[in-house]
Amino acid sequence: MRLNRRTFIGTGLATGALLSAPAIAQAKPRVVVIGGGAGGATCARYLAKDSEGAIEVTLVETNPVYTTCFFSNLYLGDIRDFASIQHNYETLAQSGVNVVNDTATGVDRDAKTVTLAGGTTLEYDRLVLAPGIDFVEGSVNGWTEADAEVMPHAWKAGPQTQLLKAQLEAMPEGGTFVMIAPPNPYRCPPGPYERVSMIAHLFTNINPTAKIMVLDPKDKFSKEGLFRDGWNRHYSGMVEWVGPDFGTGNITVNPGAMEVDLDGEIIKADVCNVIPGQMAGKIAGIAGVNDGNWAPVMADNMKSKVDENVYVLGDASNQGDMPKSGFSANSQAKVAAMAIRGELTGSQVFPAKYSNTCWSLLGTDDGVKVGASYEPTPEKIASVQSFISEVGENAEMRKATYEESVGWYNGITADIFGG
Amino acid sequence: MTRQKIAATLFAALLPVAALADGHSIGDPEAGAEVFKKECSKCHMVGEGAKNRVGPELNRVFGRAAGHVEDFKYSKGMIRMGADGLTWTLETLDPYLTNPRALVSGTKMSYKGLKDETARGDLLAYLRTFSDQPQNIPEAEPTALAEGNPVLAPEVLALVGDAAYGEYLSSECKTCHQADGSDQGIPSITSWPEEDFVIAMHAYKQQLRPHPVMQMMAGRLNDEEIAALAAYYAAIE
Repeated sequence: MRLNRRTFIGTGLATGALLSAPAIAQAKPRVVVIGGGAGGATCARYLAKDSEGAIEVTLVETNPVYTTCFFSNLYLGDIRDFASIQHNYETLAQSGVNVVNDTATGVDRDAKTVTLAGGTTLEYDRLVLAPGIDFVEGSVNGWTEADAEVMPHAWKAGPQTQLLKAQLEAMPEGGTFVMIAPPNPYRCPPGPYERVSMIAHLFTNINPTAKIMVLDPKDKFSKEGLFRDGWNRHYSGMVEWVGPDFGTGNITVNPGAMEVDLDGEIIKADVCNVIPGQMAGKIAGIAGVNDGNWAPVMADNMKSKVDENVYVLGDASNQGDMPKSGFSANSQAKVAAMAIRGELTGSQVFPAKYSNTCWSLLGTDDGVKVGASYEPTPEKIASVQSFISEVGENAEMRKATYEESVGWYNGITADIFGG
Repeated sequence: MTRQKIAATLFAALLPVAALADGHSIGDPEAGAEVFKKECSKCHMVGEGAKNRVGPELNRVFGRAAGHVEDFKYSKGMIRMGADGLTWTLETLDPYLTNPRALVSGTKMSYKGLKDETARGDLLAYLRTFSDQPQNIPEAEPTALAEGNPVLAPEVLALVGDAAYGEYLSSECKTCHQADGSDQGIPSITSWPEEDFVIAMHAYKQQLRPHPVMQMMAGRLNDEEIAALAAYYAAIE
């Protein structure tokens, strides 16, 4: 049959049906998602929901119960309890996602298979990597991950967060809490400083003469003006921030002695929170999709620049301007799910829209936020507009911002794990 | 300068915001490094260890208030714009580099302007790499332009102003801007070159220049009225 323009248009539907017939005759297309956080769980949920069973979706996650990093600082500050930041995968499993409670240990991109610690091998047509972060070895002199039982990182929420909380509560009266802040780029740019605010809030209630010292390798941080203003208003004299002008480029920790050597000056710490430099979660490196510490992706759909059958979401990806946040990962996951569904079932793919907002709590009912919208460019996901709360906003507005963040938490966790 | 030529210049000064919006990206930072070397490096330094020279150092220029590099002696015009709230962003640096006077009357930057849109985009992309990155500081200035920025058509900018109508309209201006050219607290607009006047008004109208009063005044002037005022003020001795 010779196709001219007219007959092509007229028979478009029928032709489409014919071309996709072999795919239907085959087994369903399979997507394996590794990592059940804000990126991975959202992607799995949207794939299952929107494909209405046309795609077989498997989600591999190590932890049967997920603890969100976002709002984990509010647990440290005694503003939320631990159970309120935990979520299971039951709803997700009921809504058509095959949830596998195991750890992915290998990826064979040629054979398109994933091997799990439990011995299972999963085949995929598309693989989604959403493994979050791991730590760069040697990033903080004197600290290895084995020392996290003494000097916790608490930068992956869960038992580490509880350990840090227990240490803070047990701190001697008037003691010193030291935080080693991470170098860029890292998960949750305002996170360390919200943590300082929440720990100061905790101390104000249980140990008001305690001191907080932040040793920061950076000379500037997100929402700096807002945090400094908040620390002055709520916790006057409690927080000392030290930047690179005062030797933070040369820090060694000694977990055995609970000491920090700051450019030759020995600081005795009662509790020390080491937040090291970060990189894509291990499985991204194992899969061979990293360039340096992160996995580069296409800006319009989060597809790996290394392998067209692989997508990388959230903190592990190097996409451009979006901060490594749960909001970002959730936003990216929906774009990727739409793109994957388009590839596997021929559904319509719309232009990508990305956004992010990070709320931070400075003190009781004192919430601030920063956000931006992003568009894909040929090079990267680029920030095209941003906003930030202002110093000096009235209490009513700050309370409304905090309440908005609680609403957001409920909304995004329902979007990630199912309502 | 002919009307047509003026129109072309104005167009060049105000168009880039729109022209860049199509492709989203600002430009190629590597090509921009070459542009910087050729066009800017005689007076400006950027990068590690950059110091003020004839012009201020340009690290972290994106997001900085105009006229705010420590220890640099700025023009009165630049200090005034900084105090009014002019902040260096993609939207403001682009017209500034196209024609410095479009944004800051009386600036010390004696640079004729970089009319080549591609070169300007590349230069901005290069300079942007020395400012805070949104990945780390989400509130940092954008690194690309969104779709749908305002456009000024060249025919609007080619309008010939009626100086007599301008004189009538100027009564509103004279409440603040003294006709004798004194500039205590409020800049003089007397004998202001026509093209500068028109560009400045449209820059206020598009809210590229700060200052709430001027944004409001310019915002309710139509294109003919701006041309008329420009013709009138240019002709005052």
